Amino acid sequence: MSDILLETRNLHRSFGGVHAVRDVSMKVQAGTIKAVIGPNGAGKTTLFNLIAGTVAPQQGEVFFRGKRITAWKPHAVASLGIARTFQTTKLFPHMTVHENVMVGRHPRTRAGFVAGMLSLPWTWREDRETQIKAADILQDLDLASCSQEIASNLSFGRQRLVEFARALATEPELLLLDEPAAGLNIYETQELSKLILKIRDRGVTCLIVEHDMSLVMNISDDVLVLDQGRWVAEGPPAAIQRNPDVIRIYLGDEHA
Amino acid sequence: MNLPQIMQYGLSGITVGSVYAIVAVGFNIIYNTTGIINFAQGEFLIVGAMTAISLSHVVPLPVAILGAVLITTALGGLIELVFIRRVRDASVLRLIIVTIGLSIVIREAMLHIWDEKPWSLPYFTGTSSTTVSILGAYISVQVLWVLGVSAVIVTALTLFFRYTTTGRAMRACSDDRMAARLCGINDRWMVTLSFMLSAGIGALAGCVISPITQTQYDMGATLAIKGFTVAILGGLGNSMAAVAAGLFLGLLEALVVSQFASAYKEVVAIVVLLLILVFRPSGLFARRATSVRTA
Repeated sequence: MSDILLETRNLHRSFGGVHAVRDVSMKVQAGTIKAVIGPNGAGKTTLFNLIAGTVAPQQGEVFFRGKRITAWKPHAVASLGIARTFQTTKLFPHMTVHENVMVGRHPRTRAGFVAGMLSLPWTWREDRETQIKAADILQDLDLASCSQEIASNLSFGRQRLVEFARALATEPELLLLDEPAAGLNIYETQELSKLILKIRDRGVTCLIVEHDMSLVMNISDDVLVLDQGRWVAEGPPAAIQRNPDVIRIYLGDEHA
Repeated sequence: MNLPQIMQYGLSGITVGSVYAIVAVGFNIIYNTTGIINFAQGEFLIVGAMTAISLSHVVPLPVAILGAVLITTALGGLIELVFIRRVRDASVLRLIIVTIGLSIVIREAMLHIWDEKPWSLPYFTGTSSTTVSILGAYISVQVLWVLGVSAVIVTALTLFFRYTTTGRAMRACSDDRMAARLCGINDRWMVTLSFMLSAGIGALAGCVISPITQTQYDMGATLAIKGFTVAILGGLGNSMAAVAAGLFLGLLEALVVSQFASAYKEVVAIVVLLLILVFRPSGLFARRATSVRTA
């Protein structure tokens, strides 16, 4: 369990004078669930953006499986095995659920666009495989019944599940989940935590930004606390709950 | 009007209409992946036809057409790589103005290469006087080529967008660019591909219509206006509706020509464009907004 899957070293990013992420170094062990918590504006989402390549750091490095991926383009990061879900779901609204998940298979298909355009025989075979794999994932997440529905017609909770399915379809080693419980009811949140544990047990490492403390404390193996872009604490959930710095940030925030 | 006359006008309307539809589909492909209206779309048809005309002097006609389509496809890709991709702070408006500039440059270049005079490809089968009779109307065999090729283009594109990995990736980019990137799709290449695709189908349409209408260096602008009208009429980005709208505009023009003077023909598209922009700017077939897009 001592394999380091993801590491950031002294990551820094500011937006016009506001230091969103300052000098953050952290490690994610392979096969674990790590949560990133902190008050609003702590830089959690920016940290995700820096890892996924949607925002480039001004200083610092990101390593994935020991490989330097700092400021790589998002599609290249995704192809390498890092998938992501969003705070507000970003499905392809005019495509069916099944198609959404099939698009997720993109980094695992070889058909370049010339071959795809010419519809060479092996691209058909590959496409068939993509369809089957996508259907399997939908089955697995109990979404098979709505696979032909247009994504934007689904309920919010379902859309989030489809986004999970699409992320899993990329066959990621690392899954970045940005507030997966936001907008879900208690029952849905419970289902979600089971799902995240199931995903981890299959060997997918999860990095989660989340406000729902019960979810964080129940499922994560390791917690990173940020405040105003700074690293505050890192450790197992039980230790974090007792950490005086963390308590001060949260209580101070509430009473301010 | 008797039946043969109605057929005669109707078929000629459908023929031009299907070419308008192909131009509109070209607009839509690029609009969907980039949000840009590519005003050089009409020029793709003329470049394609002109290239095929030149090549047809040295190689057999099918080879000339294939060559022209490939060359124009490459030109489309090149335009994207050299001009569109390099625009800094690329707002949609800025990029649209770039395409207007490009259309002027291409037109002037064609004037130097092919002169002012109209050229035309030979009829694909038979000669200009070979006709078939349908319900008493005599139509050129080339009309069947135009209709057939247009149908093939639209069907092939539909299948491509629906059933291939690359096609789905392009649709994903138009639905949500950022999410597509995070699914490992290189969105820049999808934009390049959309220019190539538009240029290629434009060139093919330019070739099949050339024997009927002839091809002159500056015809692209008119075609672009007609195609743009059709694209707006169908609702920007909606290719199936563009086909219906293309046929509608073609038939409307034919109706006006049959009832009034042919001089009024060019006015039709402009009037339709104005009416649609005032009364139904999102197109005749606009879906009622049911999908709630999250930010």
